Amino acid sequence: MSEILRIIGNGEDLDDREVPDGLAEKDLVELFRGLVLLRTFDERAVALQRQGRIGTYALYWGEEATQAGALYACEDGDWVFPSYRQNAIGILRGVAPSTVLAWWRGYGGTHGFWNPRDHRVGPICVPIATHLPHAVGVSWAAKIRKDRASALTWFGDGATSEGDFHEAMNFASVFKTSTVFFCVNNQWAISTPISRQMASETIAQKAVAYGMPGVRVDGFDPLACWKVTRDALERGRDGGGPTLIEAYCYRIMPHGTADDPRLYRDESETERWKKLEPVGRMGSFLRRLTILDDTKEEEIRAEAKETIAQAVRDMEAIAHPGQEILFEHVYRSGRPWNFDEALDELGSVERPAEVKPLGPPTSPGAGAEGKTQ
Amino acid sequence: MTEPSVALATKANMVEALNRGLHEAMAADDRVVVLGEDVAKTGGVFRVTAGLLDRFGEERVVDTPLAEAGIVGTAIGMAVYGLLPVVEIQFDSFVYPGFEQIAVHAARYAWRTKGEVPASIVIRIPYGGGVRMPELHSDSPEALFVHTPGLKVVCPSTPQDARAMIVAAIQDPDPVIFMEPKRIYRAGRQELPDEPALGDGNGTGTKHLSTARRAREGDDLAIFSYGATVPLVLDAAERLSLELGVEALVVDLRTLYPLDVEAITGAAAHCGRALVVHEAPRSAGIGAEVSSLIHERVMLDLEAPVGRVTGYDAPFPQFANEDDYLPSVDRIFAGAKKVLDF
Ligand SMILES: Cc1ncc(C[n+]2csc(CCOP(=O)(O)OP(=O)(O)O)c2C)c(N)n1
Ligand SMILES: [Mg+2]
Repeated sequence: MSEILRIIGNGEDLDDREVPDGLAEKDLVELFRGLVLLRTFDERAVALQRQGRIGTYALYWGEEATQAGALYACEDGDWVFPSYRQNAIGILRGVAPSTVLAWWRGYGGTHGFWNPRDHRVGPICVPIATHLPHAVGVSWAAKIRKDRASALTWFGDGATSEGDFHEAMNFASVFKTSTVFFCVNNQWAISTPISRQMASETIAQKAVAYGMPGVRVDGFDPLACWKVTRDALERGRDGGGPTLIEAYCYRIMPHGTADDPRLYRDESETERWKKLEPVGRMGSFLRRLTILDDTKEEEIRAEAKETIAQAVRDMEAIAHPGQEILFEHVYRSGRPWNFDEALDELGSVERPAEVKPLGPPTSPGAGAEGKTQ
Repeated sequence: MTEPSVALATKANMVEALNRGLHEAMAADDRVVVLGEDVAKTGGVFRVTAGLLDRFGEERVVDTPLAEAGIVGTAIGMAVYGLLPVVEIQFDSFVYPGFEQIAVHAARYAWRTKGEVPASIVIRIPYGGGVRMPELHSDSPEALFVHTPGLKVVCPSTPQDARAMIVAAIQDPDPVIFMEPKRIYRAGRQELPDEPALGDGNGTGTKHLSTARRAREGDDLAIFSYGATVPLVLDAAERLSLELGVEALVVDLRTLYPLDVEAITGAAAHCGRALVVHEAPRSAGIGAEVSSLIHERVMLDLEAPVGRVTGYDAPFPQFANEDDYLPSVDRIFAGAKKVLDF
């Protein structure tokens, strides 16, 4: 079983290792800035959900290293394909944070969707593992066109059970694409523990069957996540084919805002993992290196806070989209005849009131949502 | 479990009624097993399978890996061996990875084995919109299954029917796609009869899988619907009565395949005017089939072409606009008026 790569210690019994080559001081600060921005977005989104200002939200608190660390290793031309768990990754690439919030507010069209070619960020993918073949297709196409671009995709431990995961891995290895399969092993798929998801000892070892390297990394360590991703991308660009990365961590938070993990797991275990969360850990590390102090950290946090506050204002300034939005962008080539008939029908009756998010955990009889989701 | 088992409550909502039916079916026949994502330990994201694990154990109530093709495919294998698997698909759109197993195997096993070994499975699918959820948690894919010969497709709209139909579906030898309208899962409660809904093996249970239900009597306009739009149709019918003095006969189809053709043509011929209402997209939907049956068989009894009020031929919208997509009482009323004014 391959070892789990870790670079940042915990300031106690785990020692720090050397900062990997390729990361200058300013990179470390940038990386920290990304972690803080993601964290700020996530915490704000949870608050908005509680206040009934956005709908059900899939929080990622604790998984920022797997996102910002891996993304920082990508070149600008590389594509990334997130699942719902990496819903805000685009904000580190130029997608407006208000757009991502609008998605969770239930807006589509120009408000809640984006053009993946603008920032090379795929759409938020809800159906598990279905975006993996797309990442393979992108890196394969880049190879056909002799471009430098690669593609990275994130998915969970649960996703490795789906057929699409295996088909994507096989295509990538057969066609020697430079795809990076970044598996965030947070050890839970809603209420299902990894022990019920698979009988293999590690996720990384699944790579062996596909003839590609599989590496394990501490998913709470942004520098280690950066390092394994950078190595994988370089290998891929040199024609070495795809890599499977297993970022070993823990889902510290509920699956989503409507989930109650006390129903199915021992939360004292969660507390143990929480001590290793990446934002505080990276902050302490940078202090040990004297790259960060209170003033600098305060400045970074204040900046992130303002960015997200502005995003909330922008999202809330969006007017309820008109009914035409139902029929926009369904086809690029023009509208089928029945879309206008449908709009006529809608226009003939009074318009229903704007749909508001359900808000905080509902009383048992209030909605269709169950305890867990 | 922090909640007591709901299986004993007398007045039940649809979730509790389904839960009661599953408890009864599992207690009555040890070949019944329940499989799905998060169905055992938490009792499912909607709690339909609550309490089954505690009562029947982890061999019969199984949290599976996250793989719909695997879940449906292994359930088919279990059925081939003689078990009676009940599969839960977590949300409508997540049935698609399992679609191949459903279409190429579940639907054809009886045909391919000279009728000897049908794939006796039930696939429960909480479906439909109105629940303010992110993308792909609100689809209504029932027409795909209706269009796949070899499957039965059913959809209750009341707690009583839900309980009777889930039991009947488990007893039915053929594969049953069991559509559960999640929007009305907790909408209202009904008294459930004391005696178990179990059939006597002579088809009493099965009648719930082949017959429509008259939900309201009337002579002027027949309205056909199923699932979450049935309560809306009933509201619209009251408004038609109050405002226009029109009495609508409301038929809850319950079974989408095979359709209860007598109930449909009978009601349409009786009223001379008919409307079909569903949430799924319009083209090649259930409405098209019901309308065709009526036109083919009782056209001379009609005074107007059959109307449709449906979802649209567009992806189900992000939730801020879902009420624009879903048929409303207003739209049903307007659709009814169009048929009446023809
Ligand atoms: C095809 C499909 N099936 C089921 C679901 C419902 N669902 C949403 S998240 C989830 C668990 C995913 O677990 P994992 O892959 O470990 O990712 P994590 O949520 O831990 O990030 C499930 C079953 C889905 N979204 N897509
Ligand atoms: Mg997981």
